[in-house]
Amino acid sequence: MGPVIEMREVSKYFGSFKALNSVNLEVSKGEKVVVCGPSGSGKSTLVRCISRLEKHDEGTLEVLGSILTNDEKTSRAIKSKVSMVFQQFNLFPHLSVLDNLILGPTKALGLSRKDALDRAYMFLERVKIPEQADKKPGLLSGGQQQRVAIARALCLEPEIMLFDEPTSALDPEMIAEVLDVILDLAKEGMTMVVVTHEMGFARKAADRVIFMDEGEILEENTPTNFFKKPQTERSKLFLNQVLNY
Amino acid sequence: MNFCIRLFIVSIFLLLAGCSGESGNWGWYVIDPSTKSGWTNIKFLVGGFGATILVSLLAAFISIILGLIVALPSLSSSWILRSCNRIYVEFIRAIPLLPMLFWVFYGLPVIFKSLGLQVEIDAFWGAVITLAVSDSAFTAEIYRAGIQSIAKGQREAAQTIGLSYFQSMRYVIFPQALRRILPPLANQFIYIVKMSAFASVIGMQELTRRANEIVVTEYRPLEIYTLLIFEYLVLVLVISFGVRWLEKKLGSNESNMN
Repeated sequence: MGPVIEMREVSKYFGSFKALNSVNLEVSKGEKVVVCGPSGSGKSTLVRCISRLEKHDEGTLEVLGSILTNDEKTSRAIKSKVSMVFQQFNLFPHLSVLDNLILGPTKALGLSRKDALDRAYMFLERVKIPEQADKKPGLLSGGQQQRVAIARALCLEPEIMLFDEPTSALDPEMIAEVLDVILDLAKEGMTMVVVTHEMGFARKAADRVIFMDEGEILEENTPTNFFKKPQTERSKLFLNQVLNY
Repeated sequence: MNFCIRLFIVSIFLLLAGCSGESGNWGWYVIDPSTKSGWTNIKFLVGGFGATILVSLLAAFISIILGLIVALPSLSSSWILRSCNRIYVEFIRAIPLLPMLFWVFYGLPVIFKSLGLQVEIDAFWGAVITLAVSDSAFTAEIYRAGIQSIAKGQREAAQTIGLSYFQSMRYVIFPQALRRILPPLANQFIYIVKMSAFASVIGMQELTRRANEIVVTEYRPLEIYTLLIFEYLVLVLVISFGVRWLEKKLGSNESNMN
């Protein structure tokens, strides 16, 4: 079986700034890829292109067997099969936790309210906050909000999960509870691309680490090798800064 | 309205100065409920409330819907749609209410006639159309500002859970924007109520028109226009009170929001 995500020479510009520079990447089913790199290196743009929040300008991008062009129709092919978790959670503040969870399944997938609720409770159990179901997101802690966001993404039963710095907006003591949930997902075999600075998580969960800088993938390595003997000067420098603070 | 405000100030001034109409006395008898003619006058004047309220409500209702229709293209990524919105807003916003009222009441029937259509525009519908269209440019801007104030991440999250553009508007963006849109919309409604006084010049029997008619027969402008001002004051205060209540209700519902 071929890769579920395949990027060939993908480039993306913001005005004259090249955010992605001829990126080649393959992710196979069930694989967990951690993307790291300094800020502004294009990691977020990479996952945002896969989720179609950004349109790429050059190259081919194939996700779940569909070639994605900038024609809106092609992104509908992967609708709700690729789910995303954001740095700022982006929960809907006017809806209760439960309503946040069932909105996608009922409106986008056409599930009945009852089925959607069953599903929502199941995933709330999974992220370990069933007791918060009726609260508004604003009353939850950052870590709880991010777990709700993960549950919301899971409610669509996606085939690929994308995480865009899921713990960067969290207080330190809440990072672990969110990473634990993501780690559980990883163990269950979900295909995921995680943009993160949490190197401990990369060590534990990743099949592969990708290091990016200035819109290019500089290094692709197994986590063990990446941390022991990074191949480029740039990644050595980056690891020094991240790990030895 | 300036005219009315000045009159109000002048009347207060005159009252303080102890002088009044030509006879040297206030002529409150024209609206004295204890006399038969005074009571008839009051009933006639207050009878204008119905028309003023109906015109304002209808105009506000149409403006709220029309404004939304006008606002949606402004949020589009297509520059053609965006310019349609800009042109409408800039053009309509630039027309003073009174000339527009004349144009609709006297001009529009001519256009219909030349097209071979038998469409009558009476004073009532002339006023409703003018107030609604004129106000829609402002409501459209209020909608645009309200919707644009919702963080981009909300729209993106809606997109990643598979919602279409209209679904994300309907379930995610609009309910959040509403809380911010409501206070300025209420402002516009008060504005419509006051501007409906212009309908008197095309002969609609609303508050101002009725006041003018009594002034012509009784020649007691000071007393009658003073009453007129208080009529508008009562109307606007009732609206303000209602809006406060609504805002409070909505606000307390969403106090859990970030």
